[in-house]
Amino acid sequence: MKRFADLHLRVPLEDQTKTESMIRKASELGYRLVGIPYSPQATKEQISQLRHICSDAKVDFATRVNFSPRTSNELLQSLRRYRRKFEIVAVRCHTKDVARQAAKDRRVDLLQFSATNLRQRFFDEAEAELASQAFASLEIELAPILQLTSYSRIRLLSRLRKEVATAERFRVPITLSSGATDEQLMRGPYDYVALTSLFDLPMPSALRGLSENPWVTVARNRQKLSPDYVAPGIRVVGRRTDD
Amino acid sequence: MIKREKRRYLALEVAGELPVDERAVLDAVQASVMRLFGEYGASKTNLKLITFIPEKRQVVLRCSHIMLEKVRAAIASIMEVNGETAAVHVVGVSGTLKALSKKT
Repeated sequence: MKRFADLHLRVPLEDQTKTESMIRKASELGYRLVGIPYSPQATKEQISQLRHICSDAKVDFATRVNFSPRTSNELLQSLRRYRRKFEIVAVRCHTKDVARQAAKDRRVDLLQFSATNLRQRFFDEAEAELASQAFASLEIELAPILQLTSYSRIRLLSRLRKEVATAERFRVPITLSSGATDEQLMRGPYDYVALTSLFDLPMPSALRGLSENPWVTVARNRQKLSPDYVAPGIRVVGRRTDD
Repeated sequence: MIKREKRRYLALEVAGELPVDERAVLDAVQASVMRLFGEYGASKTNLKLITFIPEKRQVVLRCSHIMLEKVRAAIASIMEVNGETAAVHVVGVSGTLKALSKKT
């Protein structure tokens, strides 16, 4: 049985009741891992409260930060400062420079692009080639597909179809997430898989995008963040204690 | 010999507290299919309302098995039922009603 993950559940941290109900809903829908973004300035109490809610709902909680840098320098600064504090780092690319920097930087996990401003979607062959050499995945949020109507949705689906084909060709992992801000926008994993047929993502890739790819990202980062991690393939297996 | 068309039965659950009307749910599904796939696509779905279980807020629909993924996509993209904000979730899919009742 597949273990599904939703790496972008945008819960309102200030509203605890709504946060609880959204996390519980994710668990009911069959997700075993949720990634919840919060600002680096969030208090420790808020985070421990989130952990508590997730453990009550029997879902794994992955900490996530979303960066929206204006320049590539700003992105590098943010990565230096916060990479080791979060399990998932997503970058919303507003400019081509930022998109290219994010795609080649191994500290970036997810590449996000605007769903409404299609001029700011920079996922082309060059971007895909850079992303395929690093660890970055293309993140596709599915809430905008539900929210947008008529021509905006048609244009988004058309663009996603091209991006998905490029990602598949360059073997860039695709991560699907809800991006839901309330319960009405949350759907079960198999419903999301059906939705991805609208932009011709093959079903096995869609299933991977909701299960294996997010779990692999989180597991890799958890390993890196553990105090025993030294370098890829090297970890501390024991420490000598001098009596 | 002409092969009989295969069908799939879908159990849908309407999320929320609003009262559920089977006709409104079917209309919402059909409207969503029309919006996404047009009249040609809608004609291939062969959608039919089978039963309605008010206590579970569940509606059972039947569709052509070739169009199952498209119907699921249309159901997932429903944002309104009878003019009210709502989400419809597929809770089970099966080839027979008997197997579907075991699943849900």
